[in-house]
Amino acid sequence: MLGWELPPHNSGGLGVACYQLCKALSKKGADIEFVLPYTAEHPGVDFMRIRAAHPQDVEQVLKSGIAYDSFKYVKYSGETQYVDLFGQSAMYEEAIDRLVRLASFDVIHAHDWLTCRAAIRAKMASGKPLIVHFHSIEADRSGQPMGGNPLVREIENLALTLADNIIAVSQYTKDAIVREYGIPADKIEVVHNHSDPASLMPEEGANAYRYLTEMRKLGYRVITNVGRLTIQKGLTNLLRAFQMVVERAPKTFLLIVGAGEQRNELVQLAADLGIGQNVLFVGFQRGKQWRDAYSAADLFVMPSVSEPFGLTALEAIGYGTPVLISKQSGVSEMIHNALKVDFWDIHEMANKMVAVVQQDVLRDELHANAYKEYLSHSWDESADKLLGIYDKQAVGRPVAEPAGAAA
Amino acid sequence: MSKTIALYLHVHQPFRVRHYTVFDIAQNHGYFDADYDDRTSNERIIHKVAEKSYLPTNERLLKLLQTHPEFRLSLSITGTVIEQLERWAPHVLQSFQELTKTGRVEIVGETYHHSLAFFYSRQEFETQVRMHREKVQAIFGQTPQVFRNTELAYNNDLAYWADQAGYKAILAEGWDKVLGWRSPNYVYRPAYTEHIRLLMKNYRLSDDIAFRFGDQGWSCWPLTADKFAHWLNSTDSAQIFNLFMDYETFGEHQWHDSGIFDFLERLPAEWLQGGNNFMTVSEAAHNLEPADYIDVPHTITWADTERDLSAWLGNNMQTSSILGLYKLEDKILATNDLALIEDWRRLQTSDHFYYMCTKWFNDGDIHAYFSPYDNPYDAFIAYTNACHDLRYRLVQKGVQL
Repeated sequence: MLGWELPPHNSGGLGVACYQLCKALSKKGADIEFVLPYTAEHPGVDFMRIRAAHPQDVEQVLKSGIAYDSFKYVKYSGETQYVDLFGQSAMYEEAIDRLVRLASFDVIHAHDWLTCRAAIRAKMASGKPLIVHFHSIEADRSGQPMGGNPLVREIENLALTLADNIIAVSQYTKDAIVREYGIPADKIEVVHNHSDPASLMPEEGANAYRYLTEMRKLGYRVITNVGRLTIQKGLTNLLRAFQMVVERAPKTFLLIVGAGEQRNELVQLAADLGIGQNVLFVGFQRGKQWRDAYSAADLFVMPSVSEPFGLTALEAIGYGTPVLISKQSGVSEMIHNALKVDFWDIHEMANKMVAVVQQDVLRDELHANAYKEYLSHSWDESADKLLGIYDKQAVGRPVAEPAGAAA
Repeated sequence: MSKTIALYLHVHQPFRVRHYTVFDIAQNHGYFDADYDDRTSNERIIHKVAEKSYLPTNERLLKLLQTHPEFRLSLSITGTVIEQLERWAPHVLQSFQELTKTGRVEIVGETYHHSLAFFYSRQEFETQVRMHREKVQAIFGQTPQVFRNTELAYNNDLAYWADQAGYKAILAEGWDKVLGWRSPNYVYRPAYTEHIRLLMKNYRLSDDIAFRFGDQGWSCWPLTADKFAHWLNSTDSAQIFNLFMDYETFGEHQWHDSGIFDFLERLPAEWLQGGNNFMTVSEAAHNLEPADYIDVPHTITWADTERDLSAWLGNNMQTSSILGLYKLEDKILATNDLALIEDWRRLQTSDHFYYMCTKWFNDGDIHAYFSPYDNPYDAFIAYTNACHDLRYRLVQKGVQL
């Protein structure tokens, strides 16, 4: 399995989804070798082998930050060098090329465009079936149809064309792949993500956001968003809608957890809208600070312009908070007991936020039913579906020696 | 021995609340005035239902009344649907009047606004029953002799009230837990009453028509009029078959192409040729002796497997909405502002609470079909915003909340 990140070194939902998916697959008997582009410890992972792929003369590849930052190469000679994302993707391809010639396996399962070049090379070298698994496509990340970096689009297009099977994390993403790349729909299977209830950490000690919990006792209400501060996530719309909320319900806070290139723009916008006192930016958080953001809130809002899945919405429900999600998201196919809004409809967004902060009964009813729905899904369903796809791909193929094995 | 069918059809449309947002509150009071193309447009829905159900069904019922002098039926028709027909489809209202002009179509009494007022305010309940009686007198020239409460919600208290109010009969669900070993195919007497009779819906036979008729997976499909008449004829020891259902069964719940209209057209001839007859509900109460008395201490309704009020009052969004509304009663009535009072009454219609029901929402079943909202929460938000505006209007008049 080719992936770009795993927790605890992840920057977002991709790493979490890969981790939980592999755990469920392994429980059902799949033997997984997970290949990452960097060197790191993964304590507690005993259900699969994790391997770092890096060029021959490099001793270690270190992640320097979030997904879209550069990687630090430490060579055997002691030299260090920084490599950008495209360079890293190419290096990963080189490394995978060497790995597949040494390893034996039945299926190549690759996640998202960053691993696509390597995945294609692996298929060429081994003759094994290739399954590409899309957690998002370039049009999602750029926030507009037919948008984004043409180089990335080219890689996605090539991988989608050459893959034997495509997995989309939602019907929403499947539709986007068909629309953006003209891929036949019957080549694409929808396998939903999930948030494993067992992976949720119990609440320990007092909530990290003490100010907010104290203010709630005084009748304040808290809305939160957790995610990267980037155009895809639709946060400028959220701020504009929130301004209308504050006009009608001044005792409302908006807690924004995350980092990204839009941060300064958003801080400025909040101030310009006159809601600087009501919006709290707390930066990128992990562990307790991250978890407690969900439970500190009365409502989680995911206003994404285009969200292939939207794992944070499930995590919010798991941690006890109802959700308002954009209709342009995969998770809205899965959870019916949620408030839903078009990402551009800031008046409706405000209407729904006001309703929740003014009516605890709405908040509670919404969460109680969403939580039941949340518990009714599991990674097991997704794993079963994937195993079926593996079997279909692996069975009935001629047993071929890896192309480079004789050399 | 000859047997009787009491066919009773319920005609109702609510004034649905449009997508009324926080930005509408205190700006406009048009809670019920959706754009024509909107899913919550009452005008569009009344046009659609008239076309698919009311007009074609009335045409057939009138022909049946003209062809078979023995054919008769009972209708209940709420004040809210009469108002909508007067406003948007007067010819449809006329087609109902033509039925009653035959003298063989009885109108059943109920609350004007199809409300659950009986359980919240006896005074408001009686006002709405009186409003409905007066409307029926004005439109159809008859005075209801038989009572049905909204959603067939029934208990001993209601029967006692209806007895005191002089009704000859009252309608309820023939629910097994109430009937025990007894059959719904007899006339009964409610416990603690003297004169009134109780007619209980035979839900199996009624639902064969109302729900299962078009279901091709049903073992009895296709249901024909002679097959149905045969079932009834071969039922031992029965006086009366109470077939109670929504009027929209014909053409709306069961579509034209299911054959439902053929079934309706042929049933009377098939039934009458066996020497049987039809009765309106008050005729049944007058002609048939009660077989026993029925004790219903807890409220039953005609909805869902629970047959209780949980579809309307089963979650906190529903109960907080209805309690909040009735809490305003004295203040609203004291204003003497007829428009304000009417809006408050329209918000009492049970359908609003039904749209907020969450109990089957996960399964995405039939309840979704009958709701003009995407989900129960959207229904709650629009409704709550309308209630905020009601309170705003009170405050504008200097009323202290």
